[in-house]
Amino acid sequence: MMNYIFGAIIIISVICGILTGNGTALADGVISGAKDSMELLMTMAGMMMLWSGIMEIASQGGFTKVVSRALAPVLRKLFKNVPKDSKALHYISMNVSANLLGLGNAATPFGLSAMGELNKLSTEGGKATDDMVTFVVMNTASIQLMPTMIGTLRQTYGSAEPFDILPCVWISSACALAVGLILSKLLRR
Amino acid sequence: MELFMPVFIAVVLVFGLIKRVPLFDAFVVGATDGMRTLAKIAPTLVGLIVAVDMLKASGAMELLCNAVTPLADTLGFPKEIVPMVLLRPVSGGGSTALLTGIYKDYGPDSFAGQVASVLAGSTETTFYAIAVYYGSVKVKKIRHTLISALSADFTAAVMAVLTVKLMLS
Repeated sequence: MMNYIFGAIIIISVICGILTGNGTALADGVISGAKDSMELLMTMAGMMMLWSGIMEIASQGGFTKVVSRALAPVLRKLFKNVPKDSKALHYISMNVSANLLGLGNAATPFGLSAMGELNKLSTEGGKATDDMVTFVVMNTASIQLMPTMIGTLRQTYGSAEPFDILPCVWISSACALAVGLILSKLLRR
Repeated sequence: MELFMPVFIAVVLVFGLIKRVPLFDAFVVGATDGMRTLAKIAPTLVGLIVAVDMLKASGAMELLCNAVTPLADTLGFPKEIVPMVLLRPVSGGGSTALLTGIYKDYGPDSFAGQVASVLAGSTETTFYAIAVYYGSVKVKKIRHTLISALSADFTAAVMAVLTVKLMLS
């Protein structure tokens, strides 16, 4: 997929640039793009490392587990078909907690384990169960409380208040998640 | 809100102290991880930022934005964001490249910059998540997953505009 997108963007740009007579600007774009992207990465590096370091402290202190325990009752209601003795619920709540805290690298392995457990409960191989749909939809929505990457980027580009968007992010993610979850229930057949 | 970051860091450190986490050792482990993540996304970002810069320099981006202006205007949607809305579910790196482009051209505190930030913060790379999770258990029939997930993405786009309009400007 990415291969086609990458190829298409560049080929369309070159053709369009030549047709519209923007050839010089296009050549400049190639050079400045490469230079800018490295500059951006260098300016971001410090903040990224700081945040990852701070979140690792939270993670080693068992922050994820604390949040996970708090979420379990809500998640149990959402995944009613999952039997209590299944490990699925444990993995699901660890995955959701890690996502909330922005620990994407930690969330994916939990999510894959959760899918594995949900698959064991499935009677029809190769077809998504209701719970799988709900779980995957949750993971396609962003529920991160602290979008650190965006905050860092905003700061890098000189934002006066990089995190003033937080309340907007929370409201809009909550609405998106709600719509996703409601549809994942309504469209069951 | 400007104290958010320092206070958040302090809270985490106090929590770490209570739980007897070796604070600095843990910090170094995490920071190393952060560096590794950055090194991993660097090639993607370089490739895609160049591609997006070419798209803008060639005038193709403007043509695309102009083409969707009537629709964007009806929905009260800043047209500068439209390419990002379209690319967001498909490519995380691509939409980050577009996001930095918007920051550079209009500034992170402009209306377009704020809406783009909220959009980026309240959506995920939908197709990637679907491919990874269903791929891991070899599920091909995904039923109503895609329609639910894309409706959520659309909701996030609409809400990003609404919340920024009501709360920030």
